[in-house]
Amino acid sequence: MTATDTADTTGSASTTSDAAVVVRSLTKTFGTTRALDGFDLTVPRGQVTGFLGPNGAGKSTAIRVLLGLLRASSGSAEVLGMDPWSHAVQIHQRLAYVPGDTNLWPNLTGGEAIDVLTRGEKGAAHRRRRGELIERFELDPRKRSRTYSKGNRQKVSLVAALSRDVDLYIMDEPTSGLDPLMEAIFTDEVARLRADGRTVLLSSHILAEVEKLCDTVTIIRAGKDVESGTLVQLRHLTRSTVAATSSADPAPLAALDGVHDLVIDGDRLRFDVDDAALHDVLPVLTRMGVTALTITPPSLEDLFLRHYGDDLAAGSRSAGAEDS
Amino acid sequence: MSTSIRPPSRHTHRADPVAASPLTGLGSLVRLYGRISRRAIIVWTLAVLVLVPASILAMEEAYPDQGALDARAMLLDNPSAVMMTGPYFATEHYTFWAMVANELFLYILIPAAIMSVLLTVRHTRGEEEAGRLELIRALPAGRLAPAVAALIVVSLANLALGAAITAGTLVMGGEIAGSLALGLATALTGMVFASLTAVAAQFTEHAGTASGMALGLLALAFMVRGVGDVIDRQGSWLSWFSPLAWAQQTRVFVDLRWWPLLVSLAAVIALLVLAGALSHRRDVGAGLRAASAGPRSASPALLARGGLARRLVTGSMLAWGIGLFLFALAFGSLASSLTDFIEEMPAIGEFAPIAMDDVTGSFSAFVLMMLTTGPVALIVSGVLRMRTEEFAGRLAGALVAGTSRVRLALMWFLVVLLETALMQVLLGLGVGLGVWAATDDTAWIGDMTAAALAYLPAIALYGAVALALYGLNLRLTSVAWALVVYTALITFLGDLLGLPDGAKDVSPLNHVPLLPSAEFEGVPLLVMGVGAVVLVVVGLAALRRRDLAAG
Ligand SMILES: Nc1ncnc2c1ncn2[C@@H]1O[C@H](COP(=O)(O)OP(=O)(O)O)[C@@H](O)[C@H]1O
Ligand SMILES: [Mg+2]
Repeated sequence: MTATDTADTTGSASTTSDAAVVVRSLTKTFGTTRALDGFDLTVPRGQVTGFLGPNGAGKSTAIRVLLGLLRASSGSAEVLGMDPWSHAVQIHQRLAYVPGDTNLWPNLTGGEAIDVLTRGEKGAAHRRRRGELIERFELDPRKRSRTYSKGNRQKVSLVAALSRDVDLYIMDEPTSGLDPLMEAIFTDEVARLRADGRTVLLSSHILAEVEKLCDTVTIIRAGKDVESGTLVQLRHLTRSTVAATSSADPAPLAALDGVHDLVIDGDRLRFDVDDAALHDVLPVLTRMGVTALTITPPSLEDLFLRHYGDDLAAGSRSAGAEDS
Repeated sequence: MSTSIRPPSRHTHRADPVAASPLTGLGSLVRLYGRISRRAIIVWTLAVLVLVPASILAMEEAYPDQGALDARAMLLDNPSAVMMTGPYFATEHYTFWAMVANELFLYILIPAAIMSVLLTVRHTRGEEEAGRLELIRALPAGRLAPAVAALIVVSLANLALGAAITAGTLVMGGEIAGSLALGLATALTGMVFASLTAVAAQFTEHAGTASGMALGLLALAFMVRGVGDVIDRQGSWLSWFSPLAWAQQTRVFVDLRWWPLLVSLAAVIALLVLAGALSHRRDVGAGLRAASAGPRSASPALLARGGLARRLVTGSMLAWGIGLFLFALAFGSLASSLTDFIEEMPAIGEFAPIAMDDVTGSFSAFVLMMLTTGPVALIVSGVLRMRTEEFAGRLAGALVAGTSRVRLALMWFLVVLLETALMQVLLGLGVGLGVWAATDDTAWIGDMTAAALAYLPAIALYGAVALALYGLNLRLTSVAWALVVYTALITFLGDLLGLPDGAKDVSPLNHVPLLPSAEFEGVPLLVMGVGAVVLVVVGLAALRRRDLAAG
């Protein structure tokens, strides 16, 4: 199976009707910069979709097109069944947004900013939810926004978005600046949204975050989606890391097709294995009389390395060159 | 083993740490700030280098002989002429260069002051508010280095400006000492305002407020110098409270004396010491006062339509409104004292649109028109505040909360329009009250307030131009400012420079009848009103079509 196969299966599995967001061949150019270049994305309803890519890949641009802030150069985008450019207001009534870098009105207090950002919401339920979120995120709503740290500004955005009672939550690197404690609360809140049947699109360049939260993932690189599918589907494209202890001769292992980067240190072995080849490897390990065994499941880091490995390596090489 | 725990003294490529002083890193900061403001400084300098000789040339053509100059000198019996230009020193023999000093000097000093205010705020509170100062202070830079670097760059800018002025006057045949004094006095006055700005920047956390305060002080200095010189045409005790007077009191090109510049120099030093002392008492990023806790949630007013615009714009509008109202009172109260002076001076009409048969009325009308440049500038600034909001990404936040762009922009425009309209009425009332105080005739109050209303279509037109440009393209918005500057130039100096009607007519303000002395003309007002509506529609339609700038 290849990456495109996976993407295709997901694509055909989710039809327009059960997807909150459908983007097809989207292109967005800024002068000569191609921020999006034939980009596809499907966000199924009732799920948390991760949107993963390195800095500058085009995540924010894609999200700003979905919000109707930018006009697509070509291609189509549909949010909650509507065109984001012409129906921005109707869409915004059913959508909440957390920007990656929240810039608040300096002389409004945090509480005032939250209310300005949730102008449409009324009623006791909203007030209750607002109060609850302010408490959970440990925000002082009486402080002027200019005195907030980046993390606190981000909390204002999060409280505002999460307190809205909408179908779709779009979050652009929402945890930047949050401490681990707050990140945990955020994770918990996203889980509640999913349990509630809401749809979430969450962009990130942090693998662990997406892994923790998302049902499906789309990976973007240089304005193109390069991979998408459920985490399970994507994991089949990657390698697990195996660490084992055995005094037997490791030669049969090294001979196997799916085994890579075997390192032997006394009786300790360490290697990567194609997940597809795992069932060939296990009998060999058994025959070797393994006394200790850990298999680390693939992280999304592997996915990244598959797509960006060369670039990352090149990047760190040139950075290293500058340093020395 | 022992080698590995020895401090790594040899393998570093860095120089040994230098002894830290409060000015460490000054050189590279000066280069950084110089790089950032290089273009602005060059543009200001080149503009002065061209405009000074051009203005002198225009005067040479307008006043070819002594007869013309003498006629001109007569005008200086008029307080409003003294108010708008400078003290009248060459009472015996009004030479050409005495006239240059008299009429040009103030309008060289003001740009220098504005440039100094803008540059100083950019490199002090501006950097601080944006959080960049924090970055710099985290580098091995001394505590005073950023502020001193900012002042050095502003000083260099003022030196360049002063040199351009000296060069410009020398080229036109100005005498050497006088030309030097003109340049030096301008540079020093620029520095006085830079230092005032440095003090203002300590009080507020916002760059915008700091420049507003400093420009307000400039306006105050303008008024104090004007009123002071009206009391005594060669400068009274009141004049000396204005930094602009210190420069003009050098009596340049008439009877040059250098010592008033020492007052400027002393003020620069004193103000800088004050700014330093104040900065010592506060944290990076903070103002002098700690922020107090505010409301836990937004009031219904803030959440109402246009509430956000009201909240963001009203504060500075109010401050400007009060300031301009005081101006209006002061100018208005000058009106009646004119009558005695002007009656024997048929030439007054050349200087300003003052009519012989109705001196008080035409003077008040002229004052009101000059004051209207305030609301004109404020409506443009208020509308373009949306641009700031957009760049900061806050506009996107307000939109995603469920408002359409068109609705938000229209409400914003209407809020700003309403506030500037109220301010305009207040200005009319102020002038009226002033004239009433001077003449004891209550009719002026109503007349002037009504006259102020005639300006509303023009004011709306300026706002609509700004909105249309903002909607069409963010980069075009500076054109709106250019129009404001041009309007101010035409309004203040149009008659003085003897510009052709075609050039004056570009300024919408010039089409408003000078009520109450002139005849009321409805057609231009109607045309401007319709133009404003059309431009608003254009702006909103264009805004719907363009990408929002990234936040
Ligand atoms: N307004 C703009 N003008 C020009 N280039 C832009 C603009 N916005 C984004 N870009 C460029 O588009 C690319 C994608 O940016 P962005 O969507 O912000 O990436 P990400 O959010 O994934 O980090 C980058 O190369 C960025 O420089
Ligand atoms: Mg981004």
